[in-house]
Amino acid sequence: MEFLGPRQDAAEQKILCCECGTLISPNPANMCVACIRTRVDVSENIPKQVVIHFCRFCERYLQPPSTWIACSLESRELLALCLKKLKGLNKVRLVDASFIWTEPHSKRIKVNVTIQGEAFGTILQQQFVVEYTVHYQMCEVCCKQKGSDGEAWRALVQIRQRTIHKKTMFYVEQIILKHNMHKDAMNIKEMEGGINFYYNAKNNARKMVDFMMAVIPCQYKTSQELVSHDIQSNVFNYKYTFFVEITRICKDEVVCLPLSVSRYLNHMSQIAICTRISDNIHLMDPLTLKIGQLNAGQYFRDQFDAICHQKQLREFMVMNIEPVYNTDKQYGSYSHKHQLADVWVLPLNSLGTDDQEIHTRTHLGNILQCGDYVLGFDVAHAVVNNAVFDKMKQSQLPDIILVKKIYPEKVKRNKGRNFRLRRLRKGSVTETVTDDGDYNDFLEDLEEDPELRKNVNLYKRQKPQWMAEAEEVIAPKVGLEELLDDLVLEPADTDENGNMLTE
Amino acid sequence: MALRTQFQNSSEIGVFVKLTNSYCLVPIAECEAFYSVFEGELSDFIKVIHTTIGGCRVVGTLCVGNKNGLLVPNSTTDKELQHLRNSLPDSVKIARVEERLSALGNVVACNDYVALVHPDLDRETEEVLADTLGVEVFRQTLADQVLVGSYSCLTNQGGMVHPKTPIEDQDELSSLLQLPLVAGTVNRGSGAIGSGMVVNDWIAFCGRDTTATEISLIESIFKLSDKGPNNINQMRSVLVESMTS
Repeated sequence: MEFLGPRQDAAEQKILCCECGTLISPNPANMCVACIRTRVDVSENIPKQVVIHFCRFCERYLQPPSTWIACSLESRELLALCLKKLKGLNKVRLVDASFIWTEPHSKRIKVNVTIQGEAFGTILQQQFVVEYTVHYQMCEVCCKQKGSDGEAWRALVQIRQRTIHKKTMFYVEQIILKHNMHKDAMNIKEMEGGINFYYNAKNNARKMVDFMMAVIPCQYKTSQELVSHDIQSNVFNYKYTFFVEITRICKDEVVCLPLSVSRYLNHMSQIAICTRISDNIHLMDPLTLKIGQLNAGQYFRDQFDAICHQKQLREFMVMNIEPVYNTDKQYGSYSHKHQLADVWVLPLNSLGTDDQEIHTRTHLGNILQCGDYVLGFDVAHAVVNNAVFDKMKQSQLPDIILVKKIYPEKVKRNKGRNFRLRRLRKGSVTETVTDDGDYNDFLEDLEEDPELRKNVNLYKRQKPQWMAEAEEVIAPKVGLEELLDDLVLEPADTDENGNMLTE
Repeated sequence: MALRTQFQNSSEIGVFVKLTNSYCLVPIAECEAFYSVFEGELSDFIKVIHTTIGGCRVVGTLCVGNKNGLLVPNSTTDKELQHLRNSLPDSVKIARVEERLSALGNVVACNDYVALVHPDLDRETEEVLADTLGVEVFRQTLADQVLVGSYSCLTNQGGMVHPKTPIEDQDELSSLLQLPLVAGTVNRGSGAIGSGMVVNDWIAFCGRDTTATEISLIESIFKLSDKGPNNINQMRSVLVESMTS
């Protein structure tokens, strides 16, 4: 007897494909796979052309919504990013994906994608090419860094001082650095007569303005520019500008006080020297050593100007000096750091031609000696355009007001300085912004005034080799104990906002 | 010969039409193109009767018949019954049955000698069916479907069943019915054979969507080719159609 096993072909029944007539096993469409493929496109819902965004400054790709990813061409990360951009991939099964080489400059990326999808109950596999177009779009970080004037900033602080030299601006810069107030700024630019700080939020600008109001005598004005608005939802988009104006009075300037101010300062003499600018204006009468302070509010209520700038000072030579000890002090405060002295000086330009010594009183009694050079304001020969000054009686005025001692060997002093300062890296708008040696003047002021140094971070500096052997320069110096450890500058030494710190 | 036609944008011809070897029932509707296809092909040989059953146009679904008789459901009105009696040839018996499964066309598939019926059909109906149509009745399912009328089509020449019918079942049915059977589709892959086409011993009408491959299968299993299978003509029509579509 013959054993007949179950017929294999009997187990599976076959029908004809309804399109092409090939034998197939029945399926929901009763069509062969080839016919289904001609009728159904499983990649229908997947876009074949996609745009991806690329920041060409930092060379990163945008992964929506807001992440930027650095990846090289044909890298695994880029493939992941490309596939994430592909909508509709969740409806089908991804089998394979690979890059097709394209010219790097063509701004096209081609990816060969293989997917499996279901149609009429049948799994279909399909391969297709997706073309990605690379569009340029600046990322937020680059936008902040490049930030041109018009684009990204929302608030601007303009710090300005209308003077001919920039000592106060250097001081302001150092205070900002010491308190790290520049860290929120998107961009810092040096402008004619001041600095611009750009912010992305009004609050940050406000903070800067409040800081400025606290550390320096200044006043500010605000203005706003409407950028865009949406009436329907009542949304207004403004750019805010804070104009901070610092007092025009600088250190070592001779001022002429209006009577009201003079009275306020306990009948101080109307002619005074500005000894320091801190949060207040420090004034001193050089003939009596009477001192007074004005804050920003008081100053801007009765604004007054200098009658002599530092650059108008003339040089005199001290011929004779005698300290004055017994003065009848009236009501008010007097400086204890200065010594009043009678002094006889000769203008340096008339030395040898006219030996007429001029007598005056000075507050520099404890630093001046015979033969020293001193800077002073020649009141008798000066042409002054000042309404208050014009009304003063000539008899009340001294002939000369000595302002500042000149230390010799200025060049050697500058080179042998044992400290240095940090600077703000600013984009300069015009090349005309130069400091004309103002910066060295500021450093000298720091050396001469310990009070000023309290608000400034000084860093140690290695002296040049030849200076170590040379004889010491006779000038005020900063003690080593006041200096901070060396400031290390590396190429990548940036603060958190990307502003380079320079010496 | 197999023709493609369409009833009011529907390819499901078998739902609307009942075609036997001695008469053809078509619904009453405003669709002259559809009537003209049937009348043009059939009126020389058999009668094409316009009717409704119980006010419905789905005549093919509601009634079952062969050359010997016609069974209509209980919903048929007296007027319609009278109209059918007047129109049908005298040799055709007509009966109205009390049947819970009133869509008789869906639950019965028959030719002039045998019938496949839904397993749950009433005994009485089965008896009436056997008497009226003069057929031998078999209770069967096709590919686990009980609606044998919808999923199969039988003539005296052969039969077509649902594509999912296992080959063992086909063999069993074929020996039971003494007919060649084949699993196939109509209307581009539809398994509802009985709904998608009507056929008698010399002509078939199928839905508009039916492909050339399906038509060639239909013609060969129901032996509709004029003089035996004309392979060249068949292949030509398939080829031409596949190129033009």
